[in-house]
Amino acid sequence: MKQLSVFVENKVGRLSAVLEVLRKNNIDISALSLADTSEYGILRLVVDKPDEAITALREEGVMVKCTQVIAAAMDDAPGGLAHLLALLTDANVGIEYMYAFIGKAEGKAWTVLRVDDIDIATEVFMKNGIAMHDDHDNYRK
Amino acid sequence: MWQEKIETMPREELEALQSERLKNQVKRMYERVPLFKERMDEKGLKPEDIRGIEDLHKLPFSYKQDLRDYYPYGLFAEPLENIARVHASSGTTGKKIVVGYTQKDLDDWADCVARMMYAVGLDNRDFVQVSYGYGLFTGGLGAHGGAERIGATVIPTSSGNTANQLQTMVDFGSTCLCCTPSYALYLGEAAEEAGLQDQLKLKAGIFGAEPWSEDMRHEIEKKLKLKAYDIYGLSEIMGPGVSYECEYQAGMHVCEDMFIPEIIDPDTLEVLPAGEKGELVFTTITKEGFPLIRYRTRDICSLNYEKCKCGRTHVRMNKPQGRTDDMLIIRGVNVFPSQIEEVLLKVSGDITPNYQIIVDRVNNTDTFDINVEMSEELFSDDIKSIEKTEKLIKDKLRDVLGISAGVHLVNPKSIARSEGKAKRVIDKRKL
Repeated sequence: MKQLSVFVENKVGRLSAVLEVLRKNNIDISALSLADTSEYGILRLVVDKPDEAITALREEGVMVKCTQVIAAAMDDAPGGLAHLLALLTDANVGIEYMYAFIGKAEGKAWTVLRVDDIDIATEVFMKNGIAMHDDHDNYRK
Repeated sequence: MWQEKIETMPREELEALQSERLKNQVKRMYERVPLFKERMDEKGLKPEDIRGIEDLHKLPFSYKQDLRDYYPYGLFAEPLENIARVHASSGTTGKKIVVGYTQKDLDDWADCVARMMYAVGLDNRDFVQVSYGYGLFTGGLGAHGGAERIGATVIPTSSGNTANQLQTMVDFGSTCLCCTPSYALYLGEAAEEAGLQDQLKLKAGIFGAEPWSEDMRHEIEKKLKLKAYDIYGLSEIMGPGVSYECEYQAGMHVCEDMFIPEIIDPDTLEVLPAGEKGELVFTTITKEGFPLIRYRTRDICSLNYEKCKCGRTHVRMNKPQGRTDDMLIIRGVNVFPSQIEEVLLKVSGDITPNYQIIVDRVNNTDTFDINVEMSEELFSDDIKSIEKTEKLIKDKLRDVLGISAGVHLVNPKSIARSEGKAKRVIDKRKL
């Protein structure tokens, strides 16, 4: 799945400016996380129309990159995330970063994972019957 | 005066002396320095074409790059056994530049500094604390030589260790301090804090090797309770003492019996009339070990030939008011924006990201920051990789420049552009 990674200088108004571009272009954000240092941050976004969002942001001079991540479904219950991560650990896949959100599907939550080997991670999840988001918006249903 | 006859020599007589010395120097260098001969030949000039200072403008220029190209001894005009000492500049672009002195050169240099010390009221009863760094840098040993020459008691503390500097100053009764102006101000503040101001016996300060302002002069004078004098020099020509302020502080007297200054238009390379502002060029007419003809200093200033109230006839130059190249002096180190550009280019791949250098002076220390616009090449979705890139830029800059800079990644297109071109350097120091 495509994730947008946006460079945001740590200054008043910089984050709003990015979000304003998305608002103007009618882009819906499903999930986001912000990794920050004292001088800048990286805003990571999952949106409904990633390609349109990237074009719009670039036009406004925003530094944005498209990153391939996995969005995996998990049970919205104790142990849901632990189970998911255990599968990756067993397959010796490292996690660069991750963040989770609750989608609209009943009883399911989603975790966005940036891993060091996306192919192995995908394979492991498939083998274990873990649903993954594939840019077709299934976490909305 | 230290050498009254020379220092007050009527201009006609002085010019005759300069002419005689220039002719000899040109002849000597033509025979001994292959690069000089080559440049003379290119211009179709023979030593005998130079009949006096009226022909100075015909001679070829020399450049800092020459010193790098002929590193280390390629431009010396004396066999190495006659070289008594070498100094090297705080060179930054990989290769240092090296200069050599015969014993006579060292004696002449000491005379330059001695003239200044006498001019500002020092003699053999004084205690001269030399807090310039001792070493390849010309500051320490240059001031040391002058103080020794006038028979003063030299206190060679070298630079650093502020508390010890102040204690020495108090205990040994230093009457003169030689160091960079920013260090003088720092010492002054430390003295104030330590409540030592009233125990100081300083009367004169000889400060140079970096640009400083009149405000800074007043501040130093107030804090250290002395009179602060400006000294100018560059190692290529000699070191500190090429020119200096006398008791009237109305410009810096150039030791004209040794160095002939000219002001040129850096674009047309024509010599400008007296009083006009342009690039300062020096010809060394007494130097044996490492002489230079028409050396382009890149410093911008003007010359004043009016006789000074002190009685000295030697021309006065004003404080350099900038550079013809884009060199910055940060914490005493020469920095060229092109060096920074190279580092960014290397880290970033093929394209140099937009950048801006910001220099300021906070608490009397230069701050040095570089804003770099985030680019495709530098950006990643991962903080760790960006931090790695940042660190790589910082490390490489320190390697290349010899001083560290703060590196800040900023939004694309956030560096102000005028007519599409970003302003590369913002120097907020009020000098």
